[in-house]
Amino acid sequence: MNPASTPLTRRDFIRVGSLAGGGFVLSLALPGALGQPAGALDDTARIFTPSPFIKITPEGIITILAKNPETGQGVKTSLPMIVAEELDADFSTIVIEQAGLRDDVGAQFAGGSRSTPDNYLLLRRAGATARAMLIAAAAQTWNVRTGELTTENGRVIHTASGRSLSYGELATTAATLPIPDERNVRLKDESEFRVLGSRVGGVDNPAIVTGAALFGIDQRLPGMVYAAYEKCPVFGGRVIRANLEEIKALPGVLDAFIIEGTTDITGLLPGVAIVADSTWSAFSAKAKLRVEWDERAAAGHSSAAYAAQAADLARGRGAQLRHDGDVDAAFASAAKTVEADYFYPFLNHATLEPQGCTAWAKDGGIEFWTTSQTPGPGRDLVANTFNLPKEKLKLNLVRAGGGFGRRLRNDYMVEVAAIALRVNAPVKLTWTREDDMRHCFFRPAGFHHLRGAVDASGRLSAWHNHFVTFGYHSTQSPAPSAGMSPDELPARFIPNYRLEQSLISTIVPTGPLRAPGSNGLAFVMQGFIDELAHAAGRDPVEFRLELLGEDRLVPPTGGRGVPYDTGRMKGVIRLAAEKSGWGQPLPKGEGRGVAFHFSHQGYVAMVARVAVSPAGVLQVKHVTVATDVGPIINLSGAENQIQGSVIDGLSMAWFQEITYERGRTVQSNFHDYPLLRLGDAPEIGVHFLQSDNPPTGLGEPGYPVVPPAICNAIFAACGKRIRSLPITKNDLRWS
Amino acid sequence: MAAYQLVVNGVARTVEAQPDTPLLWILRDTLNLPGTKYGCGRGLCGSCTIHFNGAPLRSCMLPVAAAEGAAITTIEGLSPGGLNPLQEAWCEHDVPQCGYCQAGQIMTAAALLRDRPDPTDAEIDEALAGNLCRCGTHVRIRAAVKAAALRLQQEASA
Ligand code: FES
Ligand code: FES
Repeated sequence: MNPASTPLTRRDFIRVGSLAGGGFVLSLALPGALGQPAGALDDTARIFTPSPFIKITPEGIITILAKNPETGQGVKTSLPMIVAEELDADFSTIVIEQAGLRDDVGAQFAGGSRSTPDNYLLLRRAGATARAMLIAAAAQTWNVRTGELTTENGRVIHTASGRSLSYGELATTAATLPIPDERNVRLKDESEFRVLGSRVGGVDNPAIVTGAALFGIDQRLPGMVYAAYEKCPVFGGRVIRANLEEIKALPGVLDAFIIEGTTDITGLLPGVAIVADSTWSAFSAKAKLRVEWDERAAAGHSSAAYAAQAADLARGRGAQLRHDGDVDAAFASAAKTVEADYFYPFLNHATLEPQGCTAWAKDGGIEFWTTSQTPGPGRDLVANTFNLPKEKLKLNLVRAGGGFGRRLRNDYMVEVAAIALRVNAPVKLTWTREDDMRHCFFRPAGFHHLRGAVDASGRLSAWHNHFVTFGYHSTQSPAPSAGMSPDELPARFIPNYRLEQSLISTIVPTGPLRAPGSNGLAFVMQGFIDELAHAAGRDPVEFRLELLGEDRLVPPTGGRGVPYDTGRMKGVIRLAAEKSGWGQPLPKGEGRGVAFHFSHQGYVAMVARVAVSPAGVLQVKHVTVATDVGPIINLSGAENQIQGSVIDGLSMAWFQEITYERGRTVQSNFHDYPLLRLGDAPEIGVHFLQSDNPPTGLGEPGYPVVPPAICNAIFAACGKRIRSLPITKNDLRWS
Repeated sequence: MAAYQLVVNGVARTVEAQPDTPLLWILRDTLNLPGTKYGCGRGLCGSCTIHFNGAPLRSCMLPVAAAEGAAITTIEGLSPGGLNPLQEAWCEHDVPQCGYCQAGQIMTAAALLRDRPDPTDAEIDEALAGNLCRCGTHVRIRAAVKAAALRLQQEASA
């Protein structure tokens, strides 16, 4: 980036301002790019560093470490907010430094909506400890008791004498004090919170809107070369031969070679690497690659074949995962029964920034600039694949253009490592969109053959699900993210419940996508519950509240997992119903649908309002979401996550499907794997029920409820029941 | 390889490249202007939107040979003197999640507001229909465009 063309923001000003006073902030602005550890130029004795999370210079610059990978979920802002709250500093003046992978800040990963619950207390204690030491430093300076001192916005105040000192002025004294046992440090009462619960814009926003080099794909190093990597379109296929000499003769191409790879589907897959003088040279040479692949694995692996197998399997018996009560007797005595086949397809994460990574092999090790959501396991994978000591691997964590679980896997890291170890220069690997669409750890499809019963009083009385899912080269155990908990709703909430499971063996790599498991299951459960409510002639909200029963904690079966708090769930259902105007009349062709789901410790309910024209054109008009994840850390970020979950869920439910033919992915780019366009986005009402439960994460739990709420609304609008996603495959015409 | 004369963000630049190289990669790799993003390479996502003689254009679809002589503006050059009202509105509305699409969104929106200082909702939706946001910041994009339009009108009438 040309610095002269970049307008200065307040935050940038801080960086530049401190640049004049010493070198260390320079390395903040360019994390790792100069190969200079952040602290190398620090005059450590003068700088107050009570923990890895906080650094305060005598000049008054407060730096807070953002420990976890930022993929758009907002943790680079929200986690430092937690520190700043207890530190009692003005958040807008704080410099946020993105941590690399290190060993002294606890686990660093972005997954499972764990960043908030795992770090809340840790970060509060870090901030409170620093604050206590700054107070102690002031007490020592003024020779007063600490009890007489308060703090506000980065200053310690002695009200009795009217004196105050800034944290910067106290930093050098504080640096000489012993660090207290953090468990004895008083934390703020929530009523004292100033930062937490407020609206704070993302700390990288000024850089994002001016196009600064922030993302994985933006990394640039002196003498860097550019790489592309072609893998077998058939999952698990190997390279036999390729036209390497022809490729090497193409303009800009520096090298082309075959990588044998390993048999680990989440690791280094076989392929052909091309190294060139620019991304385009690498991409255009890749388009001219002719590779003979061993495609023997492909036989019999297509979406059509999977659907046929699923239909066969559903007719037989599966392995019984749960049986409560007497399902057969309940069906025999039922007032109404419903039978239905539900299906949700494979999905790709389709992060807008395709996978890639930058690496530099030197001095017997490798330095990475990675967008991984799991940098620790990424380092382990590289160490094991190339037999390198972990200490020789340095990971800089770079902002990712979306994660959604795709970057929980580290395939791009071992790919770039294999190339970097051969090339005597820093190298940036960029996947094409087509690579990214075809090679994924796909959200597994699922088939559910369901039977349900309501009794004479209109209550849900029995539920039988034969779940047909996938095993990776197996019919014995489900593939990653393809399993289903025997506790999945409505298990534990109705007396008669049976779950059977059958597996189709697949070669397709699967893995977690935003709210794994839940993101398909909620559609099935909340859709079929809706069918049963209608069969019973009941209001869908009332039917659901009744299913949940009294306010109580329903324990997980076998004691594994977290209890289900029916009171919290009913709270969000009632809130969503109230805010959405549930029950109020709508014009013909419009309808409301409700759904709720508990995942990642978050309680979420949604009401969607849609219109379906007689010609079958769907318009999603309004979506109301009520969420209970305890107290909210950053209100703006939290609302953004829910709004994004709604849009993401709409794209998924409405349009998205990955299919396979001859063992390979059919879709290749956004023309056949669409994202929701601006004009199709509904208005979204976001409501938080801020209970005083411990705060939990928001990246995932808002997503699973979207497809069922929309599909239930479509039924209410036009009487068409969607049992198979995406919605576009269904005929919505009515008269 | 051939040499091409480009005018990028008001600065004349000479670049050596294959004639079919998309301008996107010249900007990113050759001119070190990485704000313009690669998302699809097929004109499908809008991440690579630049201004070509003032009009929004997908730089992944424009061969460098066709870019000679045109005034090219990238996100880095959109408002060299400071944040413009769109960029300010983007920050105030905290639009970005991952942020990857946002440079393209802002470039498209900037061209819209130049032509239509007071766009209707339908015009906003239409203009930005080709700019995909994977994270789903749609409602904030709309709000920020409207806020920026309002500010521009106030400035114009002041
Ligand atoms: S990269 Fe140009 S439109 Fe997607
Ligand atoms: S903010 Fe991530 S793609 Fe738009």
